[in-house]
Amino acid sequence: MTLAKRLNHPHPPARPSETPDFSRIRIPPAGTLDVPPVDLTAENSRPYAEGMVRILDADGRAVGPWVALLEDLSADELRRGLRDMLRMRAIDKRLLNAQRQGKTSFYLQCAGEEAIGCAFQRQLRPGDMNFPTYRQQSLLVAAEYPIESLMGQIYGNRLDPIGGRQLPTMHSARDYGYFSISGNLGTQFVQAVGWAMACALQNSDSIAAGWIGDGATASNDFHSGLLCASVYQPPIVLNVVNNQWAISTYTGVASGAGRTYASRALGYGVPALRVDGNDYLAVVAASRWALQRVRSGLGPVLIEWFTYRVGAHSTSDDPSAYRPKDEALAWPLGDPIERLKEHLIVEGQWSEERHIQAEAEIVDEVMQAQKLVESHGTFVNPQPLSPAEIFRGVYAEMPEHLRRQRQEMGY
Amino acid sequence: MPAMSMIEALRDAMDVMLARDPAVIIFGEDVGYFGGVFRCTSGLQAKFGEERVFDTPINESAIVGLAVGMAAQGMKPCVEIQFADYMYPAYDQITQEAARLRYRSNEQFTCPLVVRMPTGGGIFGGQTHSQSPEALFTHVAGLKVVVPSTPRDAKGLLIAAIEDPDPVIFLEPKRLYNGPFYGNHSGSSLSWSSHPDGEVSPGYFRIELGKASIRRPGTQLTILAYGTMVYVAEAAAKASGVDAEIVDLRTLLPLDHETIEASVKKTGRCLVLHEATRTSGFGAELIAEVQEACFWHLKAPILRVTGWDAPYPLAQEWDYFPSVERVARAIKKTMEA
Repeated sequence: MTLAKRLNHPHPPARPSETPDFSRIRIPPAGTLDVPPVDLTAENSRPYAEGMVRILDADGRAVGPWVALLEDLSADELRRGLRDMLRMRAIDKRLLNAQRQGKTSFYLQCAGEEAIGCAFQRQLRPGDMNFPTYRQQSLLVAAEYPIESLMGQIYGNRLDPIGGRQLPTMHSARDYGYFSISGNLGTQFVQAVGWAMACALQNSDSIAAGWIGDGATASNDFHSGLLCASVYQPPIVLNVVNNQWAISTYTGVASGAGRTYASRALGYGVPALRVDGNDYLAVVAASRWALQRVRSGLGPVLIEWFTYRVGAHSTSDDPSAYRPKDEALAWPLGDPIERLKEHLIVEGQWSEERHIQAEAEIVDEVMQAQKLVESHGTFVNPQPLSPAEIFRGVYAEMPEHLRRQRQEMGY
Repeated sequence: MPAMSMIEALRDAMDVMLARDPAVIIFGEDVGYFGGVFRCTSGLQAKFGEERVFDTPINESAIVGLAVGMAAQGMKPCVEIQFADYMYPAYDQITQEAARLRYRSNEQFTCPLVVRMPTGGGIFGGQTHSQSPEALFTHVAGLKVVVPSTPRDAKGLLIAAIEDPDPVIFLEPKRLYNGPFYGNHSGSSLSWSSHPDGEVSPGYFRIELGKASIRRPGTQLTILAYGTMVYVAEAAAKASGVDAEIVDLRTLLPLDHETIEASVKKTGRCLVLHEATRTSGFGAELIAEVQEACFWHLKAPILRVTGWDAPYPLAQEWDYFPSVERVARAIKKTMEA
């Protein structure tokens, strides 16, 4: 067989029982990229789409030109960011355990990716709308969504704002800027563009944010979303969360021989940045830059958030079957919570003691909430919702055939 | 009353709604400047501006996906898929997103959108310009499915569809765009201008979704039909000399059970017609509903005349399209049973 006839199959650098190896990932030092003008064109975007916006250096110091975008960011706000991430992680841990105990059927954690949603959400305004995937719970936590609603959805009990209609983690929280999650990957990416177009058509100052993972960039609607954003130039931030894995599939299978996900946008004429997704400060700065651009009517922008999926894909997944067990520890961008914590300590705004105390308070708060939510029913101790609910909300008004089916059921 | 073709009636419905409701917006492939490959949106962009009526990239999933995002915010997109045969790339957005958004979000988000698509055969459209995919939509909870057969119904139903708070699939039989079609393909084509059903009131009016109409009252047999087959039914009833009651369903989902049941209980016989392929077609649902509701009134098995279970051919157009002769034979068979 000649070389020309051999197919290429991308493989991750390490499989189970091998040593984790991220040597092929180039991580530029913090502070090396300048801040482009907000009217950046796709043509001038390449250094930002192939480089990486990073602010926190190895010693936890904030360095480089992007720090200028954080001038008014107070220590209080940074501590609030740390708290958001700690809450997110505590909620994840509790709900992961709840699934292990059989109290809920399913859960998806976002461990290691907390900074992205937590920092981005804090830069939004009321009226802005996220079109998240199932791994952006951090947006909800930073939007101060009631923990009872978040957990109620996981248990599908009476506290669930969507009445037990969806799989755990498929939240919907309109008032918190969180569009209804669908199990179908990619679909929300183009819907977000439609929402943003409606913002423009209705002369509102609100914007939309689309979200997609690295694996789902392979879906048709990633292309649809980018193309329509390019054609109509609505106020939208298109976010790609590159956590290196799509269930068991190495990110190289989604990217092919392409370079970065950010650089894909350039072919559509959409400028793009690639950002250290585990650097809370970089996420704040890049989000601010992008939001200023889209709010000014300068058109869409894509951001690739570079991170690592620390946990299993879901509670139905065992990553030790396809990647080294300790791969997360070798991840060169570290842990977003640890890095922000270190920065605050270096700046004299935080301490180990305060951190331990904060963690304990948060765990306590989350456990109290969990107890309350579980008192309204869990998988093992159900308080069933009315079966008549099956028929409500299929349509605005219940048509005759649904009425008959409900009656057939005895309601 | 002015005479309108179905094309003009559909355009008039969109014109009326664009003027009436600032949330209404029209888009799709070639619908803007050019006014649509069937002229259904001709002049609308010039009248209402590019903000309200515009062209899109050739991407059906994007057309419906954008519309879902807009509808969720309260706009009322009325989008066009150029041919129903090309709706498949949008099927994910229609069935998993538009149809379920209200339900899955517990009514936090809704999807008041209309997806117009020219449907049906009888025009030498071959494989991908003739399909009738209605059964792929009637199987989806959360959708409404409409098929008009006259210019008046087309206008009134489209206005109702645009105003409806839920997603509506609006299938337009393109064989009926310019005139009624009684199945006689060798004669000269008829135009709506000299047909009573071509008379359409100007301005705003609506025809309620979910209501069938009795096209021809009769006593001996009920024919359930929609779209082009309504006219084929009329011609076949006339040819067979049977006093058939022809029910034009107009809305397939939700179905007008009351009208169907009353008719079949009266006549005791039922024949189901559609252009779409037979197996698991919408006719199967109609037959099941009728036998369940009218079993003790039935004097004969319920037959159906449909397209054959084969992809829509080109050269054998008139051997494929359910003909007046085939329908008349089925009428006879039902009457003799």
